[in-house]
Amino acid sequence: MITTLLYSMTGLLLFAMGLFTLFIHSHPLRKILAVNVMSTGVFLIMVATAYKPMPLGNIDPVPHAMVLTGIVVSVSVTALALLLACRVQETSNLDLLERKKQARIPEESRR
Amino acid sequence: MNPFQLASPTWMISPIILPLIAGLLCFLLNRRTFAIALAAAVANLLAVCFLTYQLLLFGPMRCHMGGWQPPLGITLRSDGPAVLMLLMTAVTGLAITVYARGYFSHRILNLRQATQHQEQQRYFWPLWMLLLAGLNGLFLSNDIFNLYVTLEIIAIAAASLAALSGKPASQLASFRYLLVSLLGSLTYLLGVVFLYRSCGILDLDILQHHVANGPGIRAALALMSIGLLLKTALVPLHFWLPPTHANALAPVSVILSGLVVKGSFYLLFRLWFEIFTQLITPSALNFMGTLGAVAILWGAVQAMRQHRLKLMVAYSTVSQLGYLFIAFPLSRIDESIQVWSIVIFMALGHACAKSALFMVAGAVFLHLGHDRIKDLNGVRASLPIPVFAYGIAGVSLMGLPPSAGFIGKWLLLTSSLTSSQWWWALVIITGSLLAMIYVFRVMSRFFVIPEDYSVTTSAPLSPLLEWPALIMALISLFLGLAASWPMKILATGNTALTQVFPGGLP
Repeated sequence: MITTLLYSMTGLLLFAMGLFTLFIHSHPLRKILAVNVMSTGVFLIMVATAYKPMPLGNIDPVPHAMVLTGIVVSVSVTALALLLACRVQETSNLDLLERKKQARIPEESRR
Repeated sequence: MNPFQLASPTWMISPIILPLIAGLLCFLLNRRTFAIALAAAVANLLAVCFLTYQLLLFGPMRCHMGGWQPPLGITLRSDGPAVLMLLMTAVTGLAITVYARGYFSHRILNLRQATQHQEQQRYFWPLWMLLLAGLNGLFLSNDIFNLYVTLEIIAIAAASLAALSGKPASQLASFRYLLVSLLGSLTYLLGVVFLYRSCGILDLDILQHHVANGPGIRAALALMSIGLLLKTALVPLHFWLPPTHANALAPVSVILSGLVVKGSFYLLFRLWFEIFTQLITPSALNFMGTLGAVAILWGAVQAMRQHRLKLMVAYSTVSQLGYLFIAFPLSRIDESIQVWSIVIFMALGHACAKSALFMVAGAVFLHLGHDRIKDLNGVRASLPIPVFAYGIAGVSLMGLPPSAGFIGKWLLLTSSLTSSQWWWALVIITGSLLAMIYVFRVMSRFFVIPEDYSVTTSAPLSPLLEWPALIMALISLFLGLAASWPMKILATGNTALTQVFPGGLP
């Protein structure tokens, strides 16, 4: 029982840490990592929930199925978030745009 | 049982599976995408009409997916509120599909950026079909974890759609939108875990009888509510909504504002008034009502202060969402079914009116190339039909008879007065007055024609851009006259409502 509690508390701690980072830091990559840490925390609690006295063995399979689904969702969402973060960096970073423009002008004048 | 029988609950799968298949086909074939999407939208509407017919004949139904029974298997359910929300999604979805076609073909005419617009159109259709499947799944699901999955599907599709426009502002807004949605769904998921820990059940029907007051369940309710409120953009959690909705492409704004926000609200409402009824205290209801009141006033004031038409419409969404929450504290007096009728009416009316408004805003933007409110003079002369649609949709937002907004506000007013909570009535009336101000502020610009005004001779808008807006606006207007139909659907399988309105409707 103590082990379950320990895992659950660690999960909650991870969730809280992720939430804190999500609010405090402004860098997109840190935000994405923070969300990932949060989801790991939730999954940890779920895995800990799976242990309970049952008629056949001590493991409840439903939370495991939930964690698997959750991991799939989390992977795809992280991919989308990373892509969007790259796009934000590309489009809103004015210096980069300026540099690209600078790089393009000599090319065109050469032609 | 034969799955193709009239009474078979298996038909419930079709609103989810049809758009999903269409989305996959759009993505893989990459040709005739509009034809596929239109066919899916029409088929979806037909399927939902069939479900409505089935509901009226046989009452609420459950569909056990794959033949697995509830404690382990996933259930779909069709009942009055779910079918009405499905109908709203299907009708609005069909209008959006037609409008999006007109929108993209108009933009592709512009040769300078034709490839960019073609690219946008190419990704729009699969994402939109995926979003439609997610929404239908959300309205039909009866399993608390399955609901989380549909929420995530909606979040992914909606964030990608919002990023389609490619402008820096929209990229940033959609990145924020994705993070906020993720935060909302993760908080909801944590709530699900708490709930599962306390009850060991995911199915809503069984959960209803197992929920007992306890610290675990209270924490679960709080977490799920916060997550869903974040997604529904109730003040003060609305900060992400205006930039996202205003910077997206016009058809995407229609989808986000008309449909997506309703999804999470529907789920929140279902949890509060069906599952956790024992835990809800009057102070919690009053708290939600207060937030709703703040949302009505704050959103309306912000809408009045905006300089761009799309931002104004987006803030008006913040304001109109407040009305849905005002219904919460009014539930204690009557049976909860009356609250269902108010909320469903406000949601239906808002979905139609707001989609019409965003369609008009998109058409004006395409015509003029900007949407600054102070430069909208004389649009009436060149765009008569959209301006007409704007006026009618405005009537529904203000809550003038016979629109759906009027019926919703009338029900709100009467129940707040009969329950002697007059302060809510005050907020509702003030909100309507403010709505009148921000609607007319733009309307007057439309009609002012300066002396040296000449009708701009830019490319005429295709009828596909103008008529869907008008039709949605007319639906929102005449929904009030045909109010007994939604009520009849809502009352099916629910004896309480027939007692509330014994001789028909007010």
